[in-house]
Amino acid sequence: MSSNSNEAPLGIEARLAREARDLAVKRADPSSAYFAGDAPVRADRRRFVLQSMAALGGTAGVMRNAFAETGVGATVHDVPADASKTPGYPLADESYGTRSQFETEVRRRFKTPTPLSSWTMTPLEAGCGIITPSGLHFERSHAGTAVIDASAHSLYVHGMVREPRKYSMKDLRRFPSISRIMFLECSGNGLTEWSKPTMRTVQFTHGLTSTSEWTGVPLATILKEAGLQRGAKWLLAEGGDAAAMTRSIPLDKAMKDCFLAYGQNGEALRPEQGYPLRLMVPGYEGNINIKWLRRLEVSDTPFMTREETSKYTDLLPDGKAVQFSLAMEAKSVITSPSGEMVLDGPGFHEITGLAWSGRGSIRRVDVSTDGGRTWRAASLQGPVLPICHTRFHFPWTWDGGEAILQSRCVDDTGYVQPTLGQLIAVRGLNGPLGSIYHLNAIQSWLVANDGKVSNVHHY
Amino acid sequence: MSITTEMVFALALAAFAAQAGAAGIDEAEYGFGTRPSEAELGHFVSPLPDGRGLPQGSGSVLEGKSVYQQQCASCHGEKLQGGLGDRLIGGRGTLVNDSPAKAPVKTVESYWPWPTTLFDYTKRAMPMNAPGSLTDDQVYALTAYILSQANIVSEDAIMSADTLPKVVMPNRDGFIADHRPEHFPPVARTAHQTLAIAPAAK
Repeated sequence: MSSNSNEAPLGIEARLAREARDLAVKRADPSSAYFAGDAPVRADRRRFVLQSMAALGGTAGVMRNAFAETGVGATVHDVPADASKTPGYPLADESYGTRSQFETEVRRRFKTPTPLSSWTMTPLEAGCGIITPSGLHFERSHAGTAVIDASAHSLYVHGMVREPRKYSMKDLRRFPSISRIMFLECSGNGLTEWSKPTMRTVQFTHGLTSTSEWTGVPLATILKEAGLQRGAKWLLAEGGDAAAMTRSIPLDKAMKDCFLAYGQNGEALRPEQGYPLRLMVPGYEGNINIKWLRRLEVSDTPFMTREETSKYTDLLPDGKAVQFSLAMEAKSVITSPSGEMVLDGPGFHEITGLAWSGRGSIRRVDVSTDGGRTWRAASLQGPVLPICHTRFHFPWTWDGGEAILQSRCVDDTGYVQPTLGQLIAVRGLNGPLGSIYHLNAIQSWLVANDGKVSNVHHY
Repeated sequence: MSITTEMVFALALAAFAAQAGAAGIDEAEYGFGTRPSEAELGHFVSPLPDGRGLPQGSGSVLEGKSVYQQQCASCHGEKLQGGLGDRLIGGRGTLVNDSPAKAPVKTVESYWPWPTTLFDYTKRAMPMNAPGSLTDDQVYALTAYILSQANIVSEDAIMSADTLPKVVMPNRDGFIADHRPEHFPPVARTAHQTLAIAPAAK
């Protein structure tokens, strides 16, 4: 993420104001996990909803929040009092389906100075399973979302190859294909959280990670077709967007498991994910997964592009910066309960969340409800795939007292997710945003006596 | 010596293996796509730090100043101090910093390790509203201007494929290789303290 510590700190004040407005909507909705009515009302949610609906007549469901009115990602239909007493809307001859008009989760943009170079974050708190709906997959673009006609798009392969090649999308689809369910995470995920807890919800602390099934051609197939020359060691990937985003990839990684994706979750890539072609670099930071891919140039050295020198490097307190820190280390977060939710009284609450590692599979996740004093193993929900979101579950009976919830994952290389203190000990705190990138520390959520959940630092 | 079935099979296998081995180097397995022309490939610019891949052309500081004022100043500031776009100069000496209260100032002058990156990025991606619209001469001139304002080259410098790669950036040796993964032992039963809580939502 092209965040710059020189900027007025990333519009965090504006972002907080917007987050507060979003929360206000959720807090007014009795069916939301964020509903903040006083206790007697919360205890009687069902009656509250029914009374509201009666008061508002037949369209009560539509009226209950702002997003449903506009139907973001949905087609809004009239709501009958009883759907079993009247036929529903007819099936269209041809259609591309939408979600229910009552569902309101949206990606939300971090308020950078321009919406052309910006990012939007996935509402992880609302997700179930491991797949992120394509329409909620986080975005990070440096010069807007490119509009490219697949039938006019070409991929060039040149540089230290036997013979330069040019492929149409139709050519690329002729090669044997693979599919892989895989996470992508922006290495700037959580950049506001190094020195103090800043954002309030898990969407804004962790929402720059998403999982899709991606389909395409192994990069090794394409590079073998062009034929690598002796001495070739690096590969430049260039996007066809207005940023002409470029990154250098070590050739051994390119040959090992990279692929050129044209499919996402069973259909063509979404425009904002790089339609019609995206380089997939499993387990490496999101930025290197070049979108709108138009060119691959083989070389003997890295190209030292802007995004691998002035950005996406980890500046340490001694003034040196770590470069080509590409792998995303193991990380986990509890998505429910999470920041700003309000627990509906003592008793049983399932703790659930996601864990992932750029170096392999998640081997275990431990959960603590006492701020890290004691840990117990969570159950991992299958499938547990390498370089993929893995969902975990942990049964918890809340006694009504203050609790600090944490999750800690271990991947199959034996790497243990660090506490924030451990991570800061090796990275330092060079400025309010620390080293900005690659924050994979254990997240803490404080549950107060009244059930209110807050983002805290506790380590 | 009589020729056995096994021998024929072994010979055939060896011939196949030789062919398959050669395929990776000399011959495409599928042969899809076409061979692009030199002109098509010449359209792309991505110089290496040693200067390979830099195009012909040149530009002076004075020419660069004029281009800067027309094309860049509205976002990067009259004095290259930044605005909607990044700050471009200053910040030397701010990278060594252990204070969470004070931000390091990362600019072309203080942070960028390679001068070729400045040409490359400006050529590809700037100005933001019309990327790719600057000529090679204009980009060399802008590079000269920015580097001169950063006190890295002199006021009479001319930037070209010959001179640009020879410029030594102040933070040339500021980068180290990735040393991860780090080893973090699991922490449990240590004395914990709640250090901070996110600001309460209003």
